Amino acid sequence: MGLVWDGITEAFRLIFTGDAQVYEIAFLSLGVSAAATAIALVIGLSVASFLAFRAPPGRTVAISFLNSGFALPPVVVGLIVAVLLWRTGPLGQLHLLYTPGAIVIAQAVIATPVVTALSTAALQGLHPRLRLQVLALGASRWQAAWLLFREARLALLAAVMAGFGAAISEVGATIMVGGNIKGETRTLTSATVLEVQQGNFETAMALSIILLLLIYLVILSLTVVQQRRPPA
Amino acid sequence: MSGTKLGLRGVLVERAGRAVLQIDSLDVCAGEILAVVGPNGAGKTTLVQVMALLERPLRGEVLFDGQPASGGPLSYRRRMAVVFQEPLLLDTTVEGNVRSGLALRGVHGEEQRRRVALWLERFGIAHLARRSVRALSGGEAQRTSLARAFVLEPEVLLLDEPFGALDPPTREALIDDLDRALAETHTATVFVTHDRSEALRLGDRLAVLIGGRIRHVGPPAEVFASPADEEVAAFVGIETIAAGRVRSVEGGLAVVDVGGEIVEATTPADAGADVLVCLRPEDVVLSPREERASPTSARNRLAAVVRRILPAGPHARVELDAGFPIVALITKQSLEELGLAPGSPVVASFKATAVHLIPHRPRG
Repeated sequence: MGLVWDGITEAFRLIFTGDAQVYEIAFLSLGVSAAATAIALVIGLSVASFLAFRAPPGRTVAISFLNSGFALPPVVVGLIVAVLLWRTGPLGQLHLLYTPGAIVIAQAVIATPVVTALSTAALQGLHPRLRLQVLALGASRWQAAWLLFREARLALLAAVMAGFGAAISEVGATIMVGGNIKGETRTLTSATVLEVQQGNFETAMALSIILLLLIYLVILSLTVVQQRRPPA
Repeated sequence: MSGTKLGLRGVLVERAGRAVLQIDSLDVCAGEILAVVGPNGAGKTTLVQVMALLERPLRGEVLFDGQPASGGPLSYRRRMAVVFQEPLLLDTTVEGNVRSGLALRGVHGEEQRRRVALWLERFGIAHLARRSVRALSGGEAQRTSLARAFVLEPEVLLLDEPFGALDPPTREALIDDLDRALAETHTATVFVTHDRSEALRLGDRLAVLIGGRIRHVGPPAEVFASPADEEVAAFVGIETIAAGRVRSVEGGLAVVDVGGEIVEATTPADAGADVLVCLRPEDVVLSPREERASPTSARNRLAAVVRRILPAGPHARVELDAGFPIVALITKQSLEELGLAPGSPVVASFKATAVHLIPHRPRG
């Protein structure tokens, strides 16, 4: 218990003394995971709308692939993204390996199936004729999409939270494609791994607590949006 | 009544390779209410979705004001409104729902507020304006859905079984309000239902849809009195339909003037009301003219002349003229014993309890 208590004390010391390195790592983690979640959301909503509203042939197979994405091993994602971004790889020209951009890509790959699968379920949960009713009211395709997303907002925001959670809590792929470079690609999870490897359990515990606080703050604000009364 | 507002030409819709809707031609004219009746699975909802440009047919076209509705469907959808069987409300307030279509169509500000207030009032839901739709009863939800359609002041209104999911008293009250709203707005309307009495109540013209095809279109009395074929006859129940006006009501007995003849009915009605008198052919008893004076419990005994006799399985369908057309269904044996032929004078008797009155406001 002593370690946990020391960790909490250290965490608050780092937060309140404004430790520049810790803040930098925390902001990078938040920024990278937010970007990955945003990418996952754009792709996820597009694919989910197509699957839920167009009901293409092979929909069940497609959804089963997406659902398998819940168990997508981050290490495998990291390896594949690293190979793609490797200097001699197909995307080597982009010079993204060991940059925050590479971490965004890896985390987006991890979050996208989660967001897509949950968004598809959310949109499939709407009344099948609601889309027709909205179009009949005079909605354009974009207006209809917006209104239907708003109708499914409870479940869609749950999908966003799950996607963000998968992204920010991930470490294997982050280290593999980011390299855990101090001041460049070090995130809260990769820094924690490093501190543990170096035997600095107190700092590792402090970073973990900061990570948990950060996750809670983000999820709290998303939950507030989710639980708001329906707009008039 | 002026020209055609909305029409279908040569429309074919297939599902899994099977034709579910095949319409050569169907029109609804300006100011007219076209009631489309048909059993479940007849293709009624598909018909509405094609007319509303929500579903593209495999073949054929939708005409708007006589012109093919070409280009994007959005501009045409914004001239129509659709009410489905389920209220399909957005998760917001009653007022938010009634406003939603106007906002999508670019009607804002004072005009939006005026129209929303008007139609909330017309459908008796003004007091629910700020209530979440999650707290509405089925009837209140459907009122909201109807107000959301009428507030758009559409050129064409499409109603797909709007009362299908409601209990009878709620349905009655809502039909009254809808009837009044339609009479005031004169909107070209397609009213789809499986319920014959709803169709008679609201429709100026009747179209019978069976197996994806329009089998008969015409004035209600014609469709019921001389259905196009056996299937139509079986569905509509071959009823006698005649327009009349309630002359008086005494002791629960309504006295109705039908083209100068008097018909008595036990259906509740108001004196002076315009009604359709409905009578099932199996409730009509025929007897020789000389027996007209002999006592019977049947309140209605009308002198009539046989116009036409058609075989109907083990029965005969006898079309009579009693000052208005009446159809009787009798056995072949009775037909022979009475020696009936076109031109035969008879007495058509039926009980006041067999007569069903449907309120029907004459339009146009």
